Amino acid sequence: MFYKETGQFKSRYKDELAAFPLFEDKIGIGILCVLTFLVIPMFGLPGLNYEFAMGAIMIPCMIFIIMTLGLNILLGFAGQISLGTGAFSGVGAYAFYKFITIFPDINIIIALVLSGLVSAVVGVIFGLPSLKIKGFYLIVATLAAQFFLTWAFIRVAWLYNYNASGAIEGPNKEMFGIIMIGPQSAGMTRYYFVLVTLIVLTWLASNVIRGRIGRSWMMIRDMDIAAELIGIRPLVAKLSAFAFSSFYIGIAGALMVFFWLGAAEAESFDINHSFLYLFMVIIGGLGSITGSYMGAIFVWVVPVLIKEIGKSAFGFDAFVMENFSTILLGAMIIIILILEPHGLARLWQIAKQKLRLWPFPY
Amino acid sequence: MEILHMIFIAPFLDMVALPDLFFQGLWDGFVGGTLYALLALGFVLIFKASGVFNFSQPILMVLAALALVSFYEMGINPWISVALVLLLMYALAFGVERVILRNLVNQDGNILFMSTIGLTFVIIGAAQWIFGGVPRSMIHAELGFPVGSSEWPMFGGAVYFEHIDISAVVLASSLIAILAVFFSKTKIGRGLRAVADDHQAALSVGISLNQIWVIVWFVAGIVALVGGLFWGARSDVSFALQIIGLKALPVLIIGGFTSVPGAIIGGLIIGLGEKIFEIYWGPMMGGSVEGWFAYVIALVFLLFKPQGLFGEKIIERV
Amino acid sequence: MKKHIIGAAVALGTLFSTVSMSFAEELLVPHLTYRVGPFAANGTMGANAITDYFTMLNERDGGIGGLKVNPEECETGYNAQKGVECYESYRGKNPLMHIPNSTGITLQLLQKAPEDEVPIFTMGYGLSAAAKGETFPWAFNYPASYWSQMSSILSYIDSETGLKGKKIAFLYLDGGYGREPLPLLDQLEPKMGFETVRIPVAFADSQNQGSQWLTIRKEKPDWVVMWGWGVMNITAVKEAAKTRFPLDRFIGNWWSGGHVDVEALGMKAKGYKASNFTPAGRDFPVVQDVIKHVVSKGLTKTEPDMPGKVLYNRSLFMAVVMAEAIIEAQKLTGKANVTGADVRKGFEMIKLDEARLKELGFEGFTPVIGSCADHEGQGSIFVQQWNGKDWEKITDFIPPMTDIVQPLLTEAAEAYKSDKPGWKTQNCS
Repeated sequence: MFYKETGQFKSRYKDELAAFPLFEDKIGIGILCVLTFLVIPMFGLPGLNYEFAMGAIMIPCMIFIIMTLGLNILLGFAGQISLGTGAFSGVGAYAFYKFITIFPDINIIIALVLSGLVSAVVGVIFGLPSLKIKGFYLIVATLAAQFFLTWAFIRVAWLYNYNASGAIEGPNKEMFGIIMIGPQSAGMTRYYFVLVTLIVLTWLASNVIRGRIGRSWMMIRDMDIAAELIGIRPLVAKLSAFAFSSFYIGIAGALMVFFWLGAAEAESFDINHSFLYLFMVIIGGLGSITGSYMGAIFVWVVPVLIKEIGKSAFGFDAFVMENFSTILLGAMIIIILILEPHGLARLWQIAKQKLRLWPFPY
Repeated sequence: MEILHMIFIAPFLDMVALPDLFFQGLWDGFVGGTLYALLALGFVLIFKASGVFNFSQPILMVLAALALVSFYEMGINPWISVALVLLLMYALAFGVERVILRNLVNQDGNILFMSTIGLTFVIIGAAQWIFGGVPRSMIHAELGFPVGSSEWPMFGGAVYFEHIDISAVVLASSLIAILAVFFSKTKIGRGLRAVADDHQAALSVGISLNQIWVIVWFVAGIVALVGGLFWGARSDVSFALQIIGLKALPVLIIGGFTSVPGAIIGGLIIGLGEKIFEIYWGPMMGGSVEGWFAYVIALVFLLFKPQGLFGEKIIERV
Repeated sequence: MKKHIIGAAVALGTLFSTVSMSFAEELLVPHLTYRVGPFAANGTMGANAITDYFTMLNERDGGIGGLKVNPEECETGYNAQKGVECYESYRGKNPLMHIPNSTGITLQLLQKAPEDEVPIFTMGYGLSAAAKGETFPWAFNYPASYWSQMSSILSYIDSETGLKGKKIAFLYLDGGYGREPLPLLDQLEPKMGFETVRIPVAFADSQNQGSQWLTIRKEKPDWVVMWGWGVMNITAVKEAAKTRFPLDRFIGNWWSGGHVDVEALGMKAKGYKASNFTPAGRDFPVVQDVIKHVVSKGLTKTEPDMPGKVLYNRSLFMAVVMAEAIIEAQKLTGKANVTGADVRKGFEMIKLDEARLKELGFEGFTPVIGSCADHEGQGSIFVQQWNGKDWEKITDFIPPMTDIVQPLLTEAAEAYKSDKPGWKTQNCS
């Protein structure tokens, strides 16, 4: 009743092709923008402590969305499976650290883009075997990246400037006179920075995916031989998918360490994180941008919630709840793969379909 | 020059200078390699029969070992505990077939693979919940495996043979041999190969897909139990064994995905290679290279010989 | 369907209400735990001990200064990201201190502590340089930093076989924790005339140390010193026995000398040594009090055989230092309901000398005396040896080589500060 396309006439092709062709969608996005730009930074999330809401929910969620977008480009759109996400995010983080310590005056945005590019290059190198093989053979190639890179993060002391602790730490750093990262930066500054980065990257992703490169990825995914026949070069398509994906993942890694954690050891990029990001993609929905949002939020927030609910409502201790959420995540993966391989994003679409007819389904 | 000397000459001088150590390294690598081969075989079986790249094989190994120790700690006779674990593995195989495989039949390989990652996490959570996350000692002595060790004097030093390692090699190789025979000579084995070749054709001549799947998953469970028993005896039973079990993946790449002899040769290459590389070349790179050596070798194979040493040439190439 | 929605709403409601509830009239002492994950065996022991000690204080003395202590746990699974989540969840509830229980999490919190004015207490782990109170006003690593410990171990080796001209293999867990003593070794090697062979063990290989021990066989060191944790310790002791390395020349640091590390091996581990600062045993009055007031009343998840083990006693001692800091803070401000900033001052005024330790029931533990400039206390350690059934203390307290370690710590603290403009320090003179 409230959500329908009838009566909305498009007079130009441009309108047809708009990202949000429906008036209702525009309102929805508008509300979301007001919420994220004004309401949440001012009041936090309802019922939660403000600092907790920002530091443990909002900022990590947005960073994980970028991460999920990156992996989804590779897995969902280009059909190349990767278990090296954790390590690629580490490449971004260490690169960012090197950039801001070697060039102390560098602009943060430039450093961020550069570190994304470094990560993209590394991604392409480890993506090379994808030209010869596909499917789960690629898993082993990306596992090689995972184990080799995390080894290098510990072993190559140059990467962390020979720190005694072996960790990379975010120094205070200003941009336009405001402290953006480091211990003295305000949570709200970091929040806005991550939010803007997220919006820019989402916009970029949605355009790339709807454009020429994105379509070539999907063709390769759906049927590589046919794609090749009609003139898609697998070399370009696959490696560009690896590059794009690693670019996003690298940026997310840098954001994770410097805009959220504050410091990190190689452990923050281990294989368990690769699994976590993979779960975000699968649960959210393969090949969907909305799904990336939903998956990241779901996988990050739900364990936090059930931990709290289990503790406060049932008195279970952390040990039980932690195992319970592990089982739940694993079971969710299986259930989603069986019932709805397109994940939460597909459920959302179904809901939208229903909304269209609601409340008079006949 | 210095570097070239370090890479190409010094390690070999070391090998000659302390031959007992070199042989010890070879022996240790051989034991590890046999166990990798056994685990890789578990992957190969399931892959051949159902086209599933079973990521949960390493965690099955942890689960089997953990359950074995836990049953024993409850005061159950060790051999009855083994029987109970086998029962558990059968129940799991049955459940996996019913809940996952049956519902995902004919799906894309990636989807099947990801569902086994989901299964892995279900098992991790459940096993940790029920059995606890504390590292435990394996009960190989209680099961009657020898525990001592013997020395074999050699070149002024000695090579030490742990008796449990010897029994690991013996048991693992005989299990590998039995499985090889089972799959080439028995009726079930033929049925399995038929399924691997063509699902539809196999169905039409009266082979039950579901039954075959339960059998291969159960056999994979047995393999997991034997692997867990000996890895657990070599170190201890804990969830960290999962990462060791993952090394069966590069073994598969090197040996070829569908080949039983490939799994054996691949296992030995990785087992021996990583030990020797770690001992003689590791220190100059800062040590603990064992964690990635196997994967990087596999990466090289993927680039130059993607079908592996013994794999079928009709690998899906692009 | 409707029922489910209502159920979910109720659950969410209770969640939000508990989260936003304020705990005014109690002392909130959060500690991060890892009851799951790869180090769960060690983590459970430590988490229980801290909670038990404060429960005991609540039961026996009615809390500290008349206020009940709330030793709230937050589970991290030894995962750095969860650590930050936990840290954030205590904001605004007036936590008196933070106990990260992981070197990785410590590194993240070190930077946040000065801004949030909550002290960080890392007993026996964390960043060595945090010992310098002037550079790190908000961090404390009583009773000794890793570097002090390493120097004590070296002087023990010196007293046993002499150090000059000896070869020492340093076997360590490959990560921040294990690498911590490396800079100290770099400095001491030429100064004291010994040689080290550094052998890292990747976490994934903690159970697969065959090659590391073959390297040790190749190098034939006179001593092996280990910085291990969790299952790595068990495997290392096992491998040492397997390669016929004399176990009485094998010394673990204080995280490698728990009961969990050797109990399962029994007589096979006989002779293995480890450093320690908290003796094992159930005869200490404080352990008896915990058993009487907490364990036997069933107020805890502690199993009856846990109290008295090395790691349990160590965490009890950790809890005592925390409690002392609160007591000092209460004395200083004259009120019971103190803040994190007060407790920071309390930490600096800690004076757990032998008399006070005896009074608290901890006779024989290492004394902890803090000051504004010295946040590690330069505590001494002793060496213990496994006799096949239990740990035996075999030396007196061995003080660290203060003259060598302290300048290095100052240097490291300066280095930490140097790339952090605006880092908050304090002046102690």
